[in-house]
Amino acid sequence: MSVFAGEGQTQSQFQKSLNRVFMFYGGGFAAFVILLAILEQMGMPKDYIGYAFLAATVLLYGGIGVMSRTNDAAEYYVAGRRVPAIYNGMATGSDWMSAASFIGMAGTLYLTGYGGLAFILGWTGGYCLVALFLAPYLRKFGQFTIPDFLGARYGGNMARLIGVFAAILVSFVYVVAQIFGVGLITARMTGLSFDVGVYVGLAGILVCSFLGGMRAVTWTQVAQYLILIVAYMIPVIWLSVKHTSNPVPQISYGYLLEKVTAKEEQLLKDPKELEVRGIFKARADAAAEKLKDVPAAMAADKEAATKKLEELKAANAPEADIKAAETALAALPKDEAAAKAAYTAARAANAPRANPPLRHAEPFPGKDDAARDVARKNFLALVFCLMVGTAALPHILMRFYTVPSVREARESVAWSLFFISLLYFTAPALAVLVKFDIYTILVGTPFNQLPEWIARWNVVDPTLMAVSDINKDGILQLAEIRLGGDIVVLATPEIGGLPFVISGLVAAGGLAAALSTADGLLLTIANALSHDVYYKIVDPNASANRRVLISKIILVFVALAAAYVASLRMADILFLVSAAFSFAAAAFFPALTLGIFWKRANKWGASLGMLAGLGISFYYMAKTHPWMYGLFHNGTLTPEILKANTWWDIAPISAGIFGVPLGFAVIIIVSLLTKEPEQEVQDLVENVRFPSFDGTTSQGTAAH
Amino acid sequence: MQLTAKHQEYWGKNLRITGLLLALWFFVTFVLLYFSRDLTFSFFGWPFSFWVAAQGALVVYCLIIWYYARYMNNLDKEYGVAEGEEA
Repeated sequence: MSVFAGEGQTQSQFQKSLNRVFMFYGGGFAAFVILLAILEQMGMPKDYIGYAFLAATVLLYGGIGVMSRTNDAAEYYVAGRRVPAIYNGMATGSDWMSAASFIGMAGTLYLTGYGGLAFILGWTGGYCLVALFLAPYLRKFGQFTIPDFLGARYGGNMARLIGVFAAILVSFVYVVAQIFGVGLITARMTGLSFDVGVYVGLAGILVCSFLGGMRAVTWTQVAQYLILIVAYMIPVIWLSVKHTSNPVPQISYGYLLEKVTAKEEQLLKDPKELEVRGIFKARADAAAEKLKDVPAAMAADKEAATKKLEELKAANAPEADIKAAETALAALPKDEAAAKAAYTAARAANAPRANPPLRHAEPFPGKDDAARDVARKNFLALVFCLMVGTAALPHILMRFYTVPSVREARESVAWSLFFISLLYFTAPALAVLVKFDIYTILVGTPFNQLPEWIARWNVVDPTLMAVSDINKDGILQLAEIRLGGDIVVLATPEIGGLPFVISGLVAAGGLAAALSTADGLLLTIANALSHDVYYKIVDPNASANRRVLISKIILVFVALAAAYVASLRMADILFLVSAAFSFAAAAFFPALTLGIFWKRANKWGASLGMLAGLGISFYYMAKTHPWMYGLFHNGTLTPEILKANTWWDIAPISAGIFGVPLGFAVIIIVSLLTKEPEQEVQDLVENVRFPSFDGTTSQGTAAH
Repeated sequence: MQLTAKHQEYWGKNLRITGLLLALWFFVTFVLLYFSRDLTFSFFGWPFSFWVAAQGALVVYCLIIWYYARYMNNLDKEYGVAEGEEA
C-alpha cells in the first residue's frame, strides 16, 4: 500500500493526498537546498555539494520507485489510469523536456538568434496537434502502447510490427542522447569520470522504472519537473533583477534585446573587432593555402620552427621560451596524412571565427535575397517537422493513456503545454540576458580584470568557454571569445554572482530533465517489445504477471545497451535526435490521424504509408547528411554531390517534410485501391470518436 | 452500436472546431512567420516577429488547446456523450 497507488480512494481523495505529498516534498527539497547553502557558507567544499545533490536526487527517485513498486499490468503499463490531468501535465512536461531542452536550448538561442526559435515553436506547437488529433481519441481507445492502436485499428500484426520498429528506432536514438547527457552532467557535478557518471545515472533510472513501471515513472517525473523548473528559473530571475531590476525576465528582456541590437551594430563596425576577425581570416586562408601543397607546407613549417629555435638559442632567450619552441617543433605533424588533417582542422577552426557576429533578432539572415529565402524555407520546414514529430513521439502519446478519462486527457494536454511553456518562455529570455552581459559588460574588459568564472570554465572545459588575446591589445574583443552553447545555462549562476549551491541546483535540474526523459523512453521501448511483440504476437496466453516480468527483463537489457552506445560517444548524436523527429513524424502521424479521422484507411494503406514515409526520410538523410552519407556510400559528401542530391534546398534535418505528405498520400491511395476495413474496425473508429455512449468511462480491455 | 443523428451532429461540430483551431494554428505558425522579415516594427521593445516566435505563438498555442478542451467537454455534456464522474 502506498500513497501513489490510490487504492480504495475516490479520484478527488487521491488528488488531495497527492497535493499533500508534493507540498511536503517541495518544502523538504527547499529545506535541503537551504541547508546546503548554509553549509557552503560555513565552508563545505564545492565537491561535496555536487555529491550531496547527486545522492539526494538519485535516492529520491529510487525511493519513489520503491514506494510505487507493482506487478499489476494496468499499474505497470499505464499507472492504473488514475493520474489527474494536472499531474499528468507535469509528468508530460518533464518526460518531454530533455537534457537538450534544459541545457542546450538557451545556448542554441544564444548562438543562432532568431533561427533557434524554430525549436521553441516546434516543440510547443506540436501539442496543438496532440490535443486536436490524438490525445482524447487514444485515451478513449484505452490500451497500453501506441503500436497497440495501430494493431487494433489496422488489424493483424503488420502495422503493429512496423509501429514497434519505428517506436524503438526513434526512442532508442533519443534515450542514448539522454544517457549521454546524464554522464556529462554527473561528471561535471561531482568530478567522477564520464563512464562512471553514465552508470550512476543508469542506476537511478532503473530502480525507478524497473520496480514500478509507469506508476513509478509518473510520480518521479512530477518530482523531477518541480526540480527542473525551479532550477531553471532561479538564476534567470536573479540575472534579470541584476540587469533590469525587474524580476520577470520574460517581460524585461525586450528592453535588453534593444540594447543588444544596438551593440551588435557597433561591434560589426568596431576596428578592433575587425582586426581580430581579420587575423582569423588570415589563419584560415593560410591553412587553406597549405592544403593545396601539403609536402611543401610541411617542409616550410619545419624550417620556420627550426629557425625560430636557433634564433632563441642564439639570443640567449629564457629557458621557458626555448622549451616552448622545442615542443612546438616536436609537435609538428609527422607524415602527410597527419599534416593534412591538422591543416583541415585549422581551417575549420579559424574560418567561422572570421565571420561577423549575427544579429540576434534578425529573421532568416542571408547574404542576398536568395539566401534569405532558403533560410526562411528551412526554418519553416524545421518547425513543421518538429511539430509533427512532437505529435508522434510514442513516449509522449503514451502518457495520455494514464489519465482517468477523455475529459481529463484534453485538459491534461493544456496543462502539459502550460508547464512546458514556462521553460520555453524563459529560454529566449536567458539567451538575451547572457548575451547582454557578455556584449555590454564583458567585451572591452582588460584581460587582467576578467571575472573569475571565465578562468574557471576555461580550465573545466575549454570547448565551452575559451578566451585568448588574439590581437595582443590587452582588451577582450567579442571575436576573441569562443563559447559553446551549454555554457549559457551552466554558467548563469556564476555570471549572476550566485553561490555555488545554485550551480549544484542547476546541475540537479539538468539531471532531472535527462533522467525523466530517459525513464519515459526506456519504458516505451520495453513495453513495445514485451506487450506488442511478446504478448500480442509470441504468447497471447501469457499471464499478466509474466508480461510484467518480461517487460522488466527487457528494460534492463535495453538500458544497458543504451548506456553502452552512449559510452561510445558518437559525435553525431545530436543530429540523430533531431532526425528522430522526422522519423516519428513520417512513421506515426499519418497512420494515427487517418486511423481516427478516416474510416476507409486500411491495413495495406497504413503499412505501406508508414514504410514509405520512414523510407523517404531515411533515404533523403542518407543522401544529404555528411555522416549518414559516409555510412551508406564510399567516399565523402562533397559540396557538388550535396548540391545535386538536395531537393528544394531542404536541409537533411527536415527530411520529414517529404516523409509526412508522402505517408498521407500512400495511405490514401493504397487504401482506396484495396478493400475497405471490416465492420468491426469501423465500429472501433466510431467508438473512439465519442467519449462515452452510456455515461461510463473507458478502462480498456485489460483493466484489473 | 448505431449512431443517431445527434451523434453525427456531435462529430460534425467536433470536426468544425478542430478545423477552425487548426487554421488558427496554421496561420500563426506558417503565415505570420513567413512574413517575419517584413514585420519588424517595435512591439514593447521586441521586434514584432521575434516576439511572435518567442512568446506570442506559444500563448496562442496554449489558448487553442485550452479552448478546445473547454469546448469539447461542454459539447460532451450537451450531446450526452460525457463520461460519468467516477469510474
